[in-house]
Amino acid sequence: MPDLPDGADNLARAVALREVCKTRWGGRFVPAPATTSGHERLRCHSSEVCDLCAWLVQDVGYIFATLVAEERMEDGVTLTYVFQQDSSGSWLDVDVLLDPHERSVPSISPLVHAADWHEREVEDLFGLHFEGHPRLGEFVLHEDWPEGVNPMRRDFDPARALEHRDEQAAWAAPTIVTAPGAFAMPVGPVFSDFAESAQFLLETVGEDVIHTIPRFFYKYRGIEKIAEGQSTGRVLLIAERFSGTAAFAHGLGFCQAVEAILHCEVPRRARALRTLFAELERLRHHAAAITAICGSTALAVANSQAALIEEELLRLSGTVTGHRYLFGLVVPGGLARDLADEHRPLLQAAIGDAAGKLNALYDMLCVSSSFLDRLEEVGVVTAEKAMEYGLVGPVARASGSNRDMRARFPYAGYDTAKPMIPTEHEGDGYARLRVLFREAEQSAALIHAVLEALPDGAIATEPDRTRAGAALGTVEAPLGAAFHWVRLGESGLVERYRVTPPSFTNWHGFHLAAENFAFQDFPIILASFGLSNAECDR
Amino acid sequence: MAGWVIKGARTGIRSSAYPAGPETAIGVSPGMPGDTAVDSPSDAEGLASLCPTGAMTAHDVSVVVDRGRCVHCFRCAQDARMPAVAWDPGFEWATYTDAYQALHAAFSRSLHIRFVDAGACGACMSEARQVNNPYYNMHRLGFFITPTPRNADILLVAGPVSDAMRDPLRKTYAAMPPPKRVVAIGACAISGGVFGPSYASAAGVKDIIPVDVIVPGCPPPPLAILHGLLLVAGRKPPAPRSSLAARADGRPE
Ligand code: SF4
Ligand code: SF4
Repeated sequence: MPDLPDGADNLARAVALREVCKTRWGGRFVPAPATTSGHERLRCHSSEVCDLCAWLVQDVGYIFATLVAEERMEDGVTLTYVFQQDSSGSWLDVDVLLDPHERSVPSISPLVHAADWHEREVEDLFGLHFEGHPRLGEFVLHEDWPEGVNPMRRDFDPARALEHRDEQAAWAAPTIVTAPGAFAMPVGPVFSDFAESAQFLLETVGEDVIHTIPRFFYKYRGIEKIAEGQSTGRVLLIAERFSGTAAFAHGLGFCQAVEAILHCEVPRRARALRTLFAELERLRHHAAAITAICGSTALAVANSQAALIEEELLRLSGTVTGHRYLFGLVVPGGLARDLADEHRPLLQAAIGDAAGKLNALYDMLCVSSSFLDRLEEVGVVTAEKAMEYGLVGPVARASGSNRDMRARFPYAGYDTAKPMIPTEHEGDGYARLRVLFREAEQSAALIHAVLEALPDGAIATEPDRTRAGAALGTVEAPLGAAFHWVRLGESGLVERYRVTPPSFTNWHGFHLAAENFAFQDFPIILASFGLSNAECDR
Repeated sequence: MAGWVIKGARTGIRSSAYPAGPETAIGVSPGMPGDTAVDSPSDAEGLASLCPTGAMTAHDVSVVVDRGRCVHCFRCAQDARMPAVAWDPGFEWATYTDAYQALHAAFSRSLHIRFVDAGACGACMSEARQVNNPYYNMHRLGFFITPTPRNADILLVAGPVSDAMRDPLRKTYAAMPPPKRVVAIGACAISGGVFGPSYASAAGVKDIIPVDVIVPGCPPPPLAILHGLLLVAGRKPPAPRSSLAARADGRPE
């Protein structure tokens, strides 16, 4: 990109961006003072948003991160398109202010495919229409939701029970396959074991499934709405619990946003321990994901071996943090509980033990040809598609991407304890499994590194609660990049909370992996993606 | 394949001693605050005011915990200015609801379970999954997961019941033949937890179908879920109520 030098520092980039806006675009986009702390910001009219976003993504090398819609008291809906640039570690917000009665915006999805589901969600929750979007219609809110009721609007009362439409209202799947004899087989929302509620329509002409249409948001609990008007302490409970298997990561994402707004400096020891606990969570999470993959291929011994490691890590978490899923640990300003000195040797030994067992399991799996046959070339996502869909986390890293928030936008203690980011290139189930194993190994190494250089001192500082504003908290959750956008009002209460979890981002691309496969491979493809519906649906 | 057989055999049996004996491993439960006597009514008020879910309430010079609302946030245990709360390190928290009727003894050693995720966060489901894993191995106690509701005796439900799961939950319950029992696991399924009631969630499973046994916890650890199942099977007594709780609500211990 000739206009903006890659890798230039943020200030130089900001100046350059302003110049380009003036000269190249003739002032159509106005640089505006940042509203989200630490972000550059451009403002444009809704009619210009497609040109601007396409330019940022296609020419300047920005990556679409999230879309935040917000209806503040005084004016209409504001749309904030958030972009990140990995090479420079910078952020850019594009703001579109709609008039109070404006209900329609041009869709950027045909140009920026990663925005697809974001626009569909805003359409449902805010009642806006995205002109030119290829596939709108029922998404978050299912068929018996009352027409014209948009829960994220200001005038919607979250405490009031809903008047449902006729509960038997028929829902017809939008089928794509038209071959003779084709039919769609629904799987879910209730499954035969401990699977999460979601529905998949498998379009088939017999043995092979040609296309998969997922239907989600059975678990929509409206966390962004019920957070409005609540204290940060209350919202933290929700941030930790909407996706309990990544509680620490999401709690941390929320706390980091609050800390950015309150200009709160977290003590060094707390930052180091945040890295340690986040890696402990990732390690346990990946052990669980590996258990699920072994289970999906019906390899019973490997499944129970992995399950033993998972339970041992849960017990370790319970022992050193008080909670098996690390609930109640992270708070704005630091941590609520310290790592006890007497737990350090235990932690060191147990992490070493888990890493060793995972290694041994990996070595055995790699020579089990019947197991590998079921994963290799199954559920392939190409590198190009992974980019186009903006996929994140282990799924993206198995398709050649090296995106990782810990490396590109370091937080907590990741500026000193730097992770090595494993990548694989085949994009199939086996590549995803290898990424999980190698990341687990990295997590163990990071925990050891933190323990070796753990600073002394306080684990929390009391934030000065008098500031208001908005900020984006970003973390690399076990499943990938998570964005927590928070606005605090003058009263210190949360005015808007928008979470973009990695499962939301990656489920969008799941259908890519679930095309033209043998029916019995479906559980394997699902397990190798390892996504969470609790996290996606919120 | 031989390698796997040897690996399996070498690992040996890892199952918990529970319920025949006590579980001695650490980290199997986060514990839960218990009913606590304090020095003054103002201490009781102060302690109870730390609780964000209303699980802890002040009664004169004691605080009483409604286990079904506790979400393990630890806030009542972490404020140095407040009196220490009695922390119950155990896990036998399951209890009957008023609707419960005992099952016939024929069920005590063979119960088939169907699970429904009614908007659970993943941690409850993970703990339920652990119950099936080698450390807890519920098969040894005669509990089995069944793939169809037609064979199920127990419906295990987690989550506050999100709006879109009301119907699937009702239909699953209706598809089960009597006698059937419903076990609600986790604060969400018991009281709505931190999510319900709201426009998008109920205040727990009881709003949708009758509940027989509740298993408190956020999430309830695997042994707590096992205790809940043993309760349905008539093989374990429910969690005892403290004398403080009995005094507070005038019901017997
Ligand atoms: S742990 Fe939290 S929810 Fe439970 S009683 Fe204490 S303050 Fe209340
Ligand atoms: S009770 Fe707690 S752990 Fe269980 S689903 Fe609810 S929030 Fe998650």
